[in-house]
Amino acid sequence: MNPSAALDRTLVVVPTYNEAAMVGSVVTGLREVFTHVVCVDDGSHDDSAADARAAGATVLRHPVNLGQGAALQTGFDYALRHTDASHVVTFDADGQYLVSDAVAMVELIEETGVDIVLGSRNLGRTEGQPFARRVLMAAALRFSRRMTGIELTDTHNGLRVLSRTAVAAMNLRQRGMAHASEIESRIASAALTWREHPVTMCYSDYSRGKGQSNLNALNILFDLASDRIGAPA
Amino acid sequence: MIIRVFLLASIVLAVVWLLRTRPSGTRLAVMRVAGFLVAAGAAASVIAPGLVTDAAHLVGVREGPNLILYVLVVVFVFTTIVQSLRMRDLERRLAQVVRAQALAGAKPPAAVDTGR
Repeated sequence: MNPSAALDRTLVVVPTYNEAAMVGSVVTGLREVFTHVVCVDDGSHDDSAADARAAGATVLRHPVNLGQGAALQTGFDYALRHTDASHVVTFDADGQYLVSDAVAMVELIEETGVDIVLGSRNLGRTEGQPFARRVLMAAALRFSRRMTGIELTDTHNGLRVLSRTAVAAMNLRQRGMAHASEIESRIASAALTWREHPVTMCYSDYSRGKGQSNLNALNILFDLASDRIGAPA
Repeated sequence: MIIRVFLLASIVLAVVWLLRTRPSGTRLAVMRVAGFLVAAGAAASVIAPGLVTDAAHLVGVREGPNLILYVLVVVFVFTTIVQSLRMRDLERRLAQVVRAQALAGAKPPAAVDTGR
């Protein structure tokens, strides 16, 4: 089991929306270890796409902004239809995650053969997370355990490694941020095997400024509820 | 009293029916018939305002204009739900189109273009 061979067979999907300040360095960091990085530019108005491309990423461009969930699904579709990648890593473009964590998670999924490995900030270290966010994430975690029946230690963490089987099971319908809950519920409904891996998250001034407002949790709840009530599409 | 049952039941039924069924020919037909009924009622109320008052008394509402308000509330709830469902469906289709275009126009890393 050669770790670098596993990294060569892995596709890293980086959903990007107006991240020109960070995406170049994030992609450069990823490209030092991963051969295939695909950046899904979700209708950015800045130079994100060009920067990502210059840094060595394949760029898929949404002509209009759809949301992070839609961008991830585009990356998943690309992985399934246009590559023979054995694993897919999801990695945020704002520099909150460490490439070394992603590598460790790919090694873990190779060793254990599970379908999906989820990053957990609660097993790892979180730097500079605001207090209100911590309270909110604890509530979100209880809610997500209740809904899915899966005993996760963290929820809505953007760093994940999926096997090809898991990618095929996703088919995300939530365009916005509720996709993270959707991924968790797919784990339950498709009976995917999973592991968690500690990750270090760096809440920098940049990521705090760019990131979601806490009130967005209400939107996520609404999206999930309306999807649940609605007729199967 | 009858009006309360009627109003609550129609709101609940409308919401459940709209959310649980998929858009189909039947649903479209039902919606159009309902639309014509509302239009006919509106026309009748213009021609013979007394009818509205009679109808109001029949279902236990004191005055005609109150009945009109109630009916309008039901129509409004109905319309809002239909529009939001339609919007959601459109957004889903938009996502499919956008995704197809993104996949068709995948750009390889810049280094591959200029290099080798």
